[in-house]
Amino acid sequence: MDKRSEMHRRERRRYVIGYGGSLLLTAAVFLIAYKYGIKTTGVYLSIALLGLAQLIVQLVYFLHIDRRRSSREDLDLVLFSTLVLLIIILGTVWIMGNLAVRMHTYPM
Amino acid sequence: MTDTGFFGRLNWDAFPIAGLIQTPNTNEIVANAAAGIVVVGVIAVVGLLTWFRLWRPLWRDWLTSADHKKIGIMYIVFAIVMLARGVLEGVVMRAQQAAGPGPGFLEAEHFAELFSTHGTIMVFFVAVPFVFGVANYLVPLMIGARDVAFPVMNQISLGLTVSAGMMLMVSLVVGEFSTGGWTAYPPYTGAAFNPGVGPDYWIWAIVVSGIGTTLTGINFAVTIYKLRAPGMKFMRLPMYCWTIISSSILIIFAMPPLGVAALMLAADRYLDFHFFTNDLGGNMMNYANLFWLFGHPEVYLLVLPAYGIYSEVFATFSAKRLYGYNSLVIATMCIAVLSFTVWLHHFFTMGQNALINAVFGVATMLIAIPTGVKVYDWMATLYRGRIRFSVPMLYGLAFLMLFVIGGLSGVILANPTVDYQVHNTLFLVAHFHNALLPGVLFGLLAAYNYWFPKAFGFRLNEFWGRVSVVCWTVGFLLTFMPLYFVGLMGMPRRSFSYSDASFHPYMLVAIVGALIITCGLLSILVQLWVSIRDREKTRAPVGDPWDGRTLEWSIPSPPPPYNFAIIPQVTDRDNFAVAKERGEAYPTPDAYEDISMPRNTAIGFTLCVLSGVWMFALVWWIWWLAVLMTVLMLVSLIAWTFNTDIEEVIPAEEVRKQHEAWLDLVRNATAVDRDHETAPENRGLARPDLEAVT
Amino acid sequence: MKRAPTHSYPGLNLGRRHESAHRATEVVTFGFWVFLMSDLVYFGLMFAIYITMIDAQAGGPGPHELFDLYSIFAQTLILLTSSLTVGLAMLALKYNLPRWRIVFWFCVTLVLGLSFLVLEIRDFMAMAEKGGIPQRSGFLSAFYGLVPLHGLHVAAGCLWLIVLGIQLRVFGLTDLLMSRVVRLALFWHFLDLIWIGIITIVYFGGLTYG
Repeated sequence: MDKRSEMHRRERRRYVIGYGGSLLLTAAVFLIAYKYGIKTTGVYLSIALLGLAQLIVQLVYFLHIDRRRSSREDLDLVLFSTLVLLIIILGTVWIMGNLAVRMHTYPM
Repeated sequence: MTDTGFFGRLNWDAFPIAGLIQTPNTNEIVANAAAGIVVVGVIAVVGLLTWFRLWRPLWRDWLTSADHKKIGIMYIVFAIVMLARGVLEGVVMRAQQAAGPGPGFLEAEHFAELFSTHGTIMVFFVAVPFVFGVANYLVPLMIGARDVAFPVMNQISLGLTVSAGMMLMVSLVVGEFSTGGWTAYPPYTGAAFNPGVGPDYWIWAIVVSGIGTTLTGINFAVTIYKLRAPGMKFMRLPMYCWTIISSSILIIFAMPPLGVAALMLAADRYLDFHFFTNDLGGNMMNYANLFWLFGHPEVYLLVLPAYGIYSEVFATFSAKRLYGYNSLVIATMCIAVLSFTVWLHHFFTMGQNALINAVFGVATMLIAIPTGVKVYDWMATLYRGRIRFSVPMLYGLAFLMLFVIGGLSGVILANPTVDYQVHNTLFLVAHFHNALLPGVLFGLLAAYNYWFPKAFGFRLNEFWGRVSVVCWTVGFLLTFMPLYFVGLMGMPRRSFSYSDASFHPYMLVAIVGALIITCGLLSILVQLWVSIRDREKTRAPVGDPWDGRTLEWSIPSPPPPYNFAIIPQVTDRDNFAVAKERGEAYPTPDAYEDISMPRNTAIGFTLCVLSGVWMFALVWWIWWLAVLMTVLMLVSLIAWTFNTDIEEVIPAEEVRKQHEAWLDLVRNATAVDRDHETAPENRGLARPDLEAVT
Repeated sequence: MKRAPTHSYPGLNLGRRHESAHRATEVVTFGFWVFLMSDLVYFGLMFAIYITMIDAQAGGPGPHELFDLYSIFAQTLILLTSSLTVGLAMLALKYNLPRWRIVFWFCVTLVLGLSFLVLEIRDFMAMAEKGGIPQRSGFLSAFYGLVPLHGLHVAAGCLWLIVLGIQLRVFGLTDLLMSRVVRLALFWHFLDLIWIGIITIVYFGGLTYG
């Protein structure tokens, strides 16, 4: 019974850490936006990186995806999906962006 | 969206008979004949079911069944019905062009409807259901499982696919179908240029069948991943299952682009969005990009399972272990991943720069490498095998020779500079028919001949099978080889008329070929009829008429609902072949267990009907009905989740009785060798072939 | 296999305590993950479309006129908190805490989900008042194709919560129900991940490049 509540505490802590981490990262993103304005690519890049960090925090602490041997399978699935997603999104942006430039849809 | 009445925009003019009365001509007669066939067909089916009092068995044994074998057979029946329509449409189109330079006998609109339905039907309602019908039947048997991972979801997939297919049938009788081709490119299919119901039929049929197919993909990926018999490691999977798992992965990741594209087109048409319109920032090139993000993986998700079928057929009918299993597995996975990197080759001419075209062109050519590996592996499997020229093998050989031509013309097209010349000509039409007929359809017909005795317990007639092989092969050659030439001469695809008289001779050859293909279709029906008539002479209840190699041949034909009385312990690749060699086939189990199987449920059929009415309501703007159906679908799904009594138990005693009766049959059967495979004494027990190379 | 693995399917696991539910859940949870990945591609494509259409404003209102970052901040906090509470509901279930704890966390999650939706709809209405309707431009079509799609998912999640709440009352804590709660939790976390994508790409990306 004791061991069990110990595990419970540990898992709850995991959630709270994930929540706290995400909260901090969210706050940082909005703070940057508030302080520096959202104009330059530099600002956007830091916002995007913080977003990526939050994705990883949530994957690890909420969805329990990690590099342990026993859960390699989930990591594989997520990584493969990410690969396909990247091919699709980057390919689309590349193709359509190039078309837009060549069709003079907008100046570049 | 405008104000509409109780029946939306549905009125008397929507029925083709109205057109016939107003303007009686050949065009209207053909349209009415097509509608008439549908109506008469439905009446005939209803009449026959009533006459033979088959409604109750149909409902109990088929429509509500969650058994993967029955669902597989229903898929295949549906696919063959749709195949008949698709082939007939192809013949009418060939006839129109064979009628020579000039107007022909069809109106342009009607011709456009024909090529649109032909493509939509052949891809979404023949190839996909046929491929997954076969997979439904085989995969659990091959991996030693009792059913798929989600039997009820499987039933729902079937229901959605069928209801979407029915929309195409309905469009013959009420209103008209899209004239925008199977790809339905906007802005032509947008509301500005095409305000009618045609594109809406296309959109909803695609969306609903797409959902069904996605669910199927998830189902099979999970089934093969999680439900393999103990000991069946990945590298012991039959080649066919490998191809189904890659095909499922393709579905999971490639169906969403199609759904997105179709729904965005729907948003444009129904809600006046501007995704693909000409004005206000819409961009129709986004559609081409999305469509082919789906479209290219789609052709691989169709052809990979056919590769799997050929792998099984070549191994069995050469009485050899499949050559180069590892390389085939790697090649299959390579093709699956590469197929996500080539979609742009469908629109080389859209206007992006040469670098992008070159990158995608090279990626496309790369696919030829793993495909070439496969072809060599199959030939090496044949090499020094003990080959029997049975019907599936004949289809396989025709495939090997013809598919290489199709593949090579694909490599030619992968070169953007060449593609610029033959873009949108009949050369392309010849290429993809060359890939899809010998590639996919011959494979499926081989599977039909090969596994039919497993499903029904008797073999198909050999003679009529051969006739159909000859008809399909010769018909294919005569129909599509001339198209390569007229394509190079510059004849555009989808043209309802032409003025260049030098195309005409080729068109005449093509119509002869199309008629021979029709004979091929008819001989399949004759074969079925003759085989059912003579079934007492070809019964093979023991279950192994071809000296098969994989687990599905180790059980009775037809298999019991629970497939395996005892889940087999797998120790080898080609487990059954190895067991036969060691004399360990047909073991007597020590003990039997209760088996729980999914109970019958009507949810799949309910969703089939509701989604059908829902689509119809949306097409005709009958909003109240669409809302009602949405609510009913949600309610029936939620209500279904409250039902927890979803399994029934088959007692161990019952299993024991059935299994021992079959084992007695095995002991008393006379084994036949491969020379007597097609003789009546082949009851399905194979005699070990000493000369065979293993 | 020497010992039962603690993780036999991706993500949240019920653990060995609920052995039978754990095994029954394995297959179906894996299937649900695969479904989520397919859904992810849906969203991914809508993101790609949004990126390609960010400039297609056709003279209509753009991100700077339309987006209200204060409201977005509030929505982010609400959704993030609901992700925590649905996790706590999961834990209450996993460790056999009294049923009211599960119901309590369910209710909190539901309230948070609904208030997220209310804020989102209020945003859309405010946008519409400034002329930001999907019929106005390609950019707005892409926006309304993506963000409400996420909202629709949240609404579906809320409906799912309600149905599960009722089933908890009707059936009690059966294996089947536990497995359903696991999937709901996965779904809810997944929506939070998508939301991170939305604030980063749709809102901040739109404001930077639109």
